[in-house]
Amino acid sequence: MDSGVQAANRRVLGKLLWVVAGMFGFVFALVPLYDIFCQVTGLGGKTSATAAVIADVQVDEDRLVTVEFVANLNQDLPWKFRPEVVEMQVHPGKTYKTSYYAENLADHVITGHAVPSVAPGNAARHFKKTECFCFTEQRFESGESRDMPVYFMLDPKLPAHVQRVTLSYTFFDKDGA
Amino acid sequence: MSTATTHDTHHAEHQSGLLRWVFTTNHKDIGTLYLLFSLLMFFVGGAMAMVIRAELFQPGMQVVDPMFFNQMTTMHALIMIFGAVMPAFVGLANWLIPMMIGAPDMALPRMNNWSFWILPFAFAMLLSTLFMAGGAPAGGWTMYPPLVLQTGDAFPFLIFSVHLMGISSIMGAINVVVTIVNMRAPGMTLMKMPLFVWTWLITAYLLIAVMPVLAGAVTMLLTDKFFDTSFFNAAGGGDPVMFQHIFWFFGHPEVYILILPAFGIVSQIIPTFARKPLFGYSSMVYATASIAFLSFIVWAHHMFTVGMPLTGELFFMYATMLIAVPTGVKVFNWVSTMWRGSMTFETPMLFALGFVVMFTIGGFSGLMLAIAPVDFQYHDTYFVVAHFHYVLVTGAIFAIMAAAYYWLPKWTGHMYNETLGKWHFWLSTLFVNVLFFPQHFLGLAGMPRRIPDYSVQFAEFNMISSLGGFAYGLTQLLFVYIVFQTIRGGAKATDQVWEGAKGLEWTLPSPPPYHSFETAPQIK
Repeated sequence: MDSGVQAANRRVLGKLLWVVAGMFGFVFALVPLYDIFCQVTGLGGKTSATAAVIADVQVDEDRLVTVEFVANLNQDLPWKFRPEVVEMQVHPGKTYKTSYYAENLADHVITGHAVPSVAPGNAARHFKKTECFCFTEQRFESGESRDMPVYFMLDPKLPAHVQRVTLSYTFFDKDGA
Repeated sequence: MSTATTHDTHHAEHQSGLLRWVFTTNHKDIGTLYLLFSLLMFFVGGAMAMVIRAELFQPGMQVVDPMFFNQMTTMHALIMIFGAVMPAFVGLANWLIPMMIGAPDMALPRMNNWSFWILPFAFAMLLSTLFMAGGAPAGGWTMYPPLVLQTGDAFPFLIFSVHLMGISSIMGAINVVVTIVNMRAPGMTLMKMPLFVWTWLITAYLLIAVMPVLAGAVTMLLTDKFFDTSFFNAAGGGDPVMFQHIFWFFGHPEVYILILPAFGIVSQIIPTFARKPLFGYSSMVYATASIAFLSFIVWAHHMFTVGMPLTGELFFMYATMLIAVPTGVKVFNWVSTMWRGSMTFETPMLFALGFVVMFTIGGFSGLMLAIAPVDFQYHDTYFVVAHFHYVLVTGAIFAIMAAAYYWLPKWTGHMYNETLGKWHFWLSTLFVNVLFFPQHFLGLAGMPRRIPDYSVQFAEFNMISSLGGFAYGLTQLLFVYIVFQTIRGGAKATDQVWEGAKGLEWTLPSPPPYHSFETAPQIK
């Protein structure tokens, strides 16, 4: 190989290595981009982590939507966790109250954090919570139990074909793995 | 990287014994190493497939426990994809690209040596997990969290072996690109390159683009497991579905990495035995490039069932179906090449024809899977298993077999045993269909994949499939016998080997000299 070809080889090699580095970086850039995409489109099923402010909403008395409540524990959490009711009929635009019951069965203090998720994904943006135990961490003494209220409203802008919305909470041990 | 340039290409003599293979920077030596390594891994992965088929021979649990069964499915996939098919294509690229474009060797010989010798270590690491507490990875080759995070001691070994395989592939791909871009003989313009070189150029770009994506994804798994990050952990604000998006953003181009070089091989072989030039050369090039481009915008068809909005399902459905257009162009070009040709049916041609017919069957079942509304029925069933084994076994593996028979006389200087070769083809074709065709019916009837037991109504087809599997596995031993017989001796091969063979590699003696073209040939 003459040195001209070798120099050219090194140039192409250098460029390709930049592509490799760029693609490796691109994966990590995808993480915040994915979150932004989900926030804008509401597709990830994630609801807002802060309380919604509701002002001036017209209640849609003609429409009834079924809301289902689901409670999950991540596998290692020694808790009892269940919704007060499993299903409600609601009018979009009206604020309702329900609650979840949790009890710490372990012999030590556990601080949990509930992560909400809404299905179908395109209903997530329209599921407004004015008060929720998922906004803060929940500390439970050993054997302690309590009812935790959720105030929510379905935005009347909820797509017309959505007749059933599922709100699911998964409790995670804040300090655990 | 500067070490690559200090290599002196003018010494023809090489070390003898084992060290020759350890230190070699010669493209033919490295090609041979890749091909033999791939053959070894083909049998390791194949042995695992035999365990799977033995367990599925009858309903109920007979041979292995479910955990080990899951390890077998996971390891079978990882080894066949990264250990058998990809190294086989890289080995073929090493052997053939310099000879086809009139270059003395690959552009970066030292890196070439390195990219091969990483592989045995990567797979030694991966295979060592079989003997660890908790066993080998068992969460599927797709490594979906949170399941994969429950892997025992094997987890970091899985991640680091994937890293090593990725580094090896990236270096191999960079070498291919640099060689093709810079080392072509005078007059060898891009649109005069043999199609195998073209498909490999495009494959190499795909590899460079997506292997870092896989490396990034598994790095995130690693930090999620050991360093308390929450990329895919919902409790920390992450999203496990994001892994699937990232994985398949790598994964779909990856499946074309596994098939584009096969298209190239078949495009070399069919014109030789039809004794006509390839029909539609430039449309072949453009079709390959379109397939490569489309592969980046179809990933979510692997995950229609995760809960996507209708618009998303429609987009990914139509984009996926669009791939059938360039693929159809290729199939029709191959058929048109044969049209009114003076065809003969030597073993490489048989495997190439088998490829065209059976790859197309796999393509059609792929089209069925692309239909989002029915994918909900097919998802994670044996229909998917049948689909990707048609495109990967009767597709990629058959093309690799065709290539081995086609170029083996050039590589070794000896003709292989044609009678045994034909036996190998016909037995393989018979049994591979007995093995995989019934799996379509099993999948349509609802048998889930990756489960060691099944309902009794699936018993007959599973037994047929297993019998086909054992017979197909045994038949491949014949291939090993034929290859080693050819390496050791046989009728002397001519330079051109095949009457209709065209291209620079057939102007070299058989076997070719250690350095292919010391002085570059002039292409008219």
